[in-house]
Amino acid sequence: MATAVVLVGVFAAGAFRYPHFASWAVVRNLFVDNAFLGIAAVGATFVILSGGIDLSVGSVMAFAATLIASLVERHGMHPALAMSVALLAGLGFGALQGALIRGFRLPPFLVTLAGLFFARGAAFAVHPQSIGIRHPFVAQTLNDTLSLRFHLGAKIMTIPCTVFLLLATFGAAWVALRHTRFGRSVYAIGDDEHAAGLMGLPVARTQVGVYAVSGLCSALAGVAFTLYQQSGDPAACKGLELDAIAAVVIGGTLLTGGVGSVLGTLLGVLILGLIQTLIAFQGDLSSWWTRIAVGALVLLFLGLHRGVEGLARRAAAGPDGRG
Amino acid sequence: MRSPLRPIGEAFWSVRWPLAALALLLAFNAAFTPGFFALEVRDGRLFGVLVDILNHGSRVAIVALGMTLVIATGGVDLSVGAVVAISGAVAATLVAQHGAPWPLAMGAALAVSLIAGVWNGVLVTVMRLQPIVATLILMVAGRGVAQLITDGLIITFESPPLAYLGNGSLLGLPVPVAMLAGAFVAFGLVSRRTTLGLFIESIGDNPPAARLAGVPDRLVVLLVYAVCGLCAGAAGLIDCSYIKAADANNAGQLLELDAILAVVLGGTSLAGGRFLLFGSVIGAMIMQTLTKTLYMQNVSADIAPAPKAIAVILVCLLQSPVVRERVRRMRGGGGA
Repeated sequence: MATAVVLVGVFAAGAFRYPHFASWAVVRNLFVDNAFLGIAAVGATFVILSGGIDLSVGSVMAFAATLIASLVERHGMHPALAMSVALLAGLGFGALQGALIRGFRLPPFLVTLAGLFFARGAAFAVHPQSIGIRHPFVAQTLNDTLSLRFHLGAKIMTIPCTVFLLLATFGAAWVALRHTRFGRSVYAIGDDEHAAGLMGLPVARTQVGVYAVSGLCSALAGVAFTLYQQSGDPAACKGLELDAIAAVVIGGTLLTGGVGSVLGTLLGVLILGLIQTLIAFQGDLSSWWTRIAVGALVLLFLGLHRGVEGLARRAAAGPDGRG
Repeated sequence: MRSPLRPIGEAFWSVRWPLAALALLLAFNAAFTPGFFALEVRDGRLFGVLVDILNHGSRVAIVALGMTLVIATGGVDLSVGAVVAISGAVAATLVAQHGAPWPLAMGAALAVSLIAGVWNGVLVTVMRLQPIVATLILMVAGRGVAQLITDGLIITFESPPLAYLGNGSLLGLPVPVAMLAGAFVAFGLVSRRTTLGLFIESIGDNPPAARLAGVPDRLVVLLVYAVCGLCAGAAGLIDCSYIKAADANNAGQLLELDAILAVVLGGTSLAGGRFLLFGSVIGAMIMQTLTKTLYMQNVSADIAPAPKAIAVILVCLLQSPVVRERVRRMRGGGGA
């Protein structure tokens, strides 16, 4: 709710201040430039809903992108196959992190912090520099044929396939969280892991699954990033995990788990993107204001969460006000 | 009557595993890395790989000392890397662009770092945010603040006293080593000779019990985060002194990881409670030796994080209650 208000507010502020802000081009770019972040944030939503945290997102993205570029350009593999390999690697890596967290009761932030280190190092081990992809399948089939074109008056607007990838990921995640046993278990574990176990829910399998989903989403975000940049750079996406977490928090998902939705995350991603657009429109503000604004927004929403939690607890405690 | 040497013996005994790991690393280098132990004296100071490890390890160890206290209260501080960047930015900007005298620049840098630490502490104690989340905010925004201070530029400065911190020597050893020694003694005295250490451990062990026992828990936690910020600020001064410049984008990058890992390697549990300051110093030296070993084995600086991550996960696995329980069962229920 509050997220939607902020989103509309930020957009209205932009439209009010800058003459060309409220245009289809801005909206289009908002989706195109943030498609990979959005996909990564979907994975982060699953993890945070279950009460965990995944800090390895950005590194896994860079690893996937570098792996794809290296396989295609240096080993002559077909891009579709290379992308499948990268997705499998992401899935496996996420599952491994989940298994370590679950099996050995290690703190999620520590395991995924090590994962951040490892995936980044592995990306550089695959190839130490950025590789451009010139394979026709990527340039033409995916980025050209699979894009939609609209005629808006005199201009032609192209929507690249990464946007559809983003929307498809969100759709799939929404269905998975709402209408599958896995999704229900994620919410239940985030709410109260112990109670979920007593209810007979597969806690271990779900927890490992959540990190596997996050790894898969990170790799998929890496694929989107490869398409967006037409290259694989092992140094790319540093700190993207923080943006993903910020988007989830701004989207109204509680960091303690159990409450939130993937729809809110989509709105959160759009707000982050809008802030960057606003700063670009302003022109005389530097890019580091983005970081500060994101930090302030996260703080604001955490404060809101705390307030709501406090109210809920007071309501639950009843008239004698205990709790 | 207690022998005055006994606490020192106990201190070494409690960190026997980290020390063994460090010894193992050094033994590996003795066998496989030529020139690792070579030392020479030039201009009245020591040079060599070991001195280099001590020098850069001290910077990590100073941050790790502050981090140890935070982790002992059951928290964690992810913002130290950003605070390093802010501290360096403040000092360099004041000296280079405003012509401030060096004591003022250093004082201001440390004061700003202290404020950053207090900010974290307030978020944790007053807003009751989880420490990971509370410090994540400064981790995200802090680097932006540092870039704001330097205007996104790399600020170089010419200030012999400020450059002395990272490049000078004291008694033949680099200055950061002396700073670490001072910080270690101060931390050790305050935490073992006053009740503060006991308070910190009791909060990490069982927060409600500590509160019921009358420990001023909020004040102590706030203080601990403030001290951690101050340590990061001191490390930030060393960091900008090394290169005689403040690089807001890269200073202290991933330092939070090295510091947390140093604490964990040193034997302090991430769950909070008992803490080992000496262990954290050894842990920092292990991290630095590992890094240096990898470099000298021709592993590129970009790839080096991967083997480090594996080493850390292995250590954490050995420390995890699940593995300990299994080992205990294999021994037939006896032993520790």
